[in-house]
Amino acid sequence: MSGPRLLQGARVLDPAQRLDAVMDLLVVDGAIARLAPAIPAPENAEVIDLSGLCLSPGFVDVHVHLREPGGEHKETIESGASAAVAGGFTSVCAMPNTDPPIDDPAAVGFVLAKGERARLARVYPVGAVSVGLEGKEMTEIGELIAAGAVAVSDDGHPVWDSGLMRRALEYTQVFDIPVFSHAEDQGLSGQGVMNEGAVSTALGLRGIPNASEDVAVARDCLIAELTGGRLHICHVSTAGSAEIIRAAKARGVRVTAEVTPHHLALTDEAVRGYRTDAKMSPPLRSASDVAAVRDALVEGVIDCIATDHAPHHYEEKEREFDDAAFGVVGLETALGVSLQEMVLGGRLDLLELVDRMASKPAQIAGLPAGSLADGANADIVVFDPEERWECRADRFCSRGRNTPFKGRELVGRVVMTLVGGRTVYDRRGERADARATVKVSEDVG
Amino acid sequence: MTATVEFGKDLTGLERLTAEQITAILDVAEPFKEISERQIKKVPALRGKTIVNLFYEPSTRTRVSFEFAEKRLSADTVNISRSGSSLQKGENLVDTARNLEAMRIDMVVIRHQSSGAAEFLAQRIPSNVINAGDGQHEHPTQALLDMLTIRDNLGSLAGRRVCIVGDILHSRVARSNIWGLLKLGAEVAVCGPPTLIPHGVGDLGVRVFKRVEEAIEWAEILNVLRLQLERMHAGYVPSLREYNRVFGISEARLEKAPRDILILHPGPMNRGVEIDSHVADGPHSVILDQVTNGVAVRMAVLYLLAGGSPDRAEAAKQEDRS
Repeated sequence: MSGPRLLQGARVLDPAQRLDAVMDLLVVDGAIARLAPAIPAPENAEVIDLSGLCLSPGFVDVHVHLREPGGEHKETIESGASAAVAGGFTSVCAMPNTDPPIDDPAAVGFVLAKGERARLARVYPVGAVSVGLEGKEMTEIGELIAAGAVAVSDDGHPVWDSGLMRRALEYTQVFDIPVFSHAEDQGLSGQGVMNEGAVSTALGLRGIPNASEDVAVARDCLIAELTGGRLHICHVSTAGSAEIIRAAKARGVRVTAEVTPHHLALTDEAVRGYRTDAKMSPPLRSASDVAAVRDALVEGVIDCIATDHAPHHYEEKEREFDDAAFGVVGLETALGVSLQEMVLGGRLDLLELVDRMASKPAQIAGLPAGSLADGANADIVVFDPEERWECRADRFCSRGRNTPFKGRELVGRVVMTLVGGRTVYDRRGERADARATVKVSEDVG
Repeated sequence: MTATVEFGKDLTGLERLTAEQITAILDVAEPFKEISERQIKKVPALRGKTIVNLFYEPSTRTRVSFEFAEKRLSADTVNISRSGSSLQKGENLVDTARNLEAMRIDMVVIRHQSSGAAEFLAQRIPSNVINAGDGQHEHPTQALLDMLTIRDNLGSLAGRRVCIVGDILHSRVARSNIWGLLKLGAEVAVCGPPTLIPHGVGDLGVRVFKRVEEAIEWAEILNVLRLQLERMHAGYVPSLREYNRVFGISEARLEKAPRDILILHPGPMNRGVEIDSHVADGPHSVILDQVTNGVAVRMAVLYLLAGGSPDRAEAAKQEDRS
C-alpha cells in the first residue's frame, strides 16, 4: 500500500454531506481519512494540488454493457473499465446480456475476476432475471447474489411475461436488491428503428411509439405495487413514463429510475441523414419528451443518470440504418454532456449533478460508493467544470466509437480519477503541457 | 428555361430539391420525350459514361425505364440484381459500392429495401447516385414522372388538389410526391386505412382523409397506390376484398365526384383491389402516359447529373452521332 495522499485545495462536492466548499482531503490506506479545510501534510504524504478543480465521489454508472464474454470485438471488461475511469466513473454495473449471458454464479465470478484484474473501475455484475435471458425460467438469483451480483435484469430485452416479472419482484425481496427493467412492449415497438413521429415519417423509417415504453413502465409499476419489490426503470425516454413513475412514487411504490445523457441532450432530429450513431433503444424522442425527462431528473422523479454504454464494432454501425445495431457509448461523454445540458442549462447545480451521477446511483445498486464520509473508499473524481473540449471518438479508451456527440464541443472534463486511493486516470500532465505550450507561444508572440 | 439552376452530385430525394430544380428537371424532360418517338431512338449525350443499375429489390418497370433512358442517351450500362450476384452472397453495401467504384464507373442507379440506402451510398462514393427507390423513404423519379404527367394534362401544378390514396405508411412514392407537389404549389392530401397512414404525416403539410368518398369530393387528381399483398398478412388490412369495398377507386364512386378526376397509378396495378378496371382503362386514366413520361424524366435526371446544362437540352438532342 502506498503512503498517504493529501488532495489540496479542490472545491469538494459531496451530496451525502451536503458539502460544497474548498477543502483538503487526506487519503490513507485507500480510504478517506479526513476531510477539512487546510489539513497539514503528514510526513511522507504525497501532496497533490487541485486548486481550481472540483473533487467529488467517483461517479457510479448502474447501466453499462461491457460485452465480455462473447463480444470482445466491441469491448472488453478492461477496455470498458478504462473508459469508465476516463469518464470519472469508479463503479459500474455490467449488464448480463453477454454471450453466454450472466445467468449463473460462475459467469458472475468471471466478470468480477476480470474487473478486479483490470484494477480500474470497480465492476459489479448484474445477473440475469431469466435463464438465458429467455424470459421463461427464473435464474438462481440467490446464488448470483452470493457470487457477487448486485441486481438482476434481462436488459436488452424486457421481461415480457408479467408473471415472471411478478415472481422476480417478489423473490428479490429476500436479498433486498432491485430488478432493473428495460421497459418496452415489443408488440408496440414492432420492427421500429427510431422514434415514431414526423421525422420517422419523413425518413421512411419504422417508428417506435412512446406508448411502447409507457405501457411497459405502467405495468412494471403496478407489479411493483402489487409485490412491494424494488423496481428500477432503466433509460426513461418519454414524458408519459416520467408521469407514470411520478404517480407511482406518490403512491409509495418502491420504484427508482434512470435517464441517459443522450436522452437529456438529443431529439430524434439527430437521426436525420440516417445517422446510425443516433440509433439506440429506447430511441431519441421529441423535444417535449426531452423537456419532460429533464424536469423529472430535476424533481427527483428520475433518480439518477446512467449511460447505457453500449459499444459496437464500427462495421455494425457503418451500414444501412435498418440493419445497424442499436446502442451508443456514453461513459467518456457523460460528464461533459450532462454538465452542459443540466448545469450550464441552469437546471441543476454541480452538487445536484454529482448527486445524480454518484450518490443516487450508488444507493440504488446498494454499492459502497457515492460518498466522501470518513472511512469510505477513496473512490474520487477530479474534474474541471469549465474545460471545453471536442468529443473525438478516435481518442476514446472504449473500443466503441459509436457516439452521437462526435465532433461536438462539450463542457466539463475529468482530470483525475482515483479508485481505492490509487490513481487510475490522470490528465494533469497533458493539461500542464497544454498550458506550457500556450505560455511558450505567448512568450514567442 | 432556367439556365442558372445547379444540381448536386446525386438525386436521393425530392425533400432537398428546390422548386426551381424540380421545374428544371420537368422542363428538360419535355424535349427529351421526342427522342423516344424517333426511328433511331438515340442521342450521344452520355456517350462514354458507365452506369450501373444496382437493384437489391425486384423491379421491372423502374429498371427497364432507367435502362431505356440510359441507352437512348448512349451510356454503357450494367445491371446487377440480387439473384445470381454477390448481393445474394451477403456482401454489404459499402463493399459492393467500393468494388464498383474500383472498376471506374460514373453513375449508380440504386433500388434498395432500406430507407436511406441511396444517401448512404452517395456519401461514400464519388460517382453520381440516383435513388430508384429506397425502402419507405423516397422514389424521386416516380414522383417527377407523376408531376410531369399532371402538368401535361392540366397545364400547371400550382393550386391543384392531389390526393394520394392507399398504403401511405410503406410508400416511398407517396413521400416523394408529397415533397415535390408541395414545392410546386399543389395542395396535397392522403387517404387510406388509419393503419397505413404514418404518424405525423400532417406535419409534412398534407391533409388526411379517413374516407375515400371525402377524398373524391375534394380532389382533382387521385394517385392510387398499389396495395401490397403482404400488408394483409401483416394485419394492416383484414382482406383485399374488404379493402376494395372501403377504399377501392371504382366508377360508382367517381360518378359522385363534382368534377372529372385525373387518375394516376405508379403500377403495377392490382385490378379489382385498389383500382377497378373500368377506372384504370377509363377516359381519365393517364397511367400509360406515366410510363412513357418515366423514360423522359429519367433521361432528364441522368443528363443533368452528368453535368448537362438545362438550356442545352434541346441542343443535346440535335447533336449528330459522328
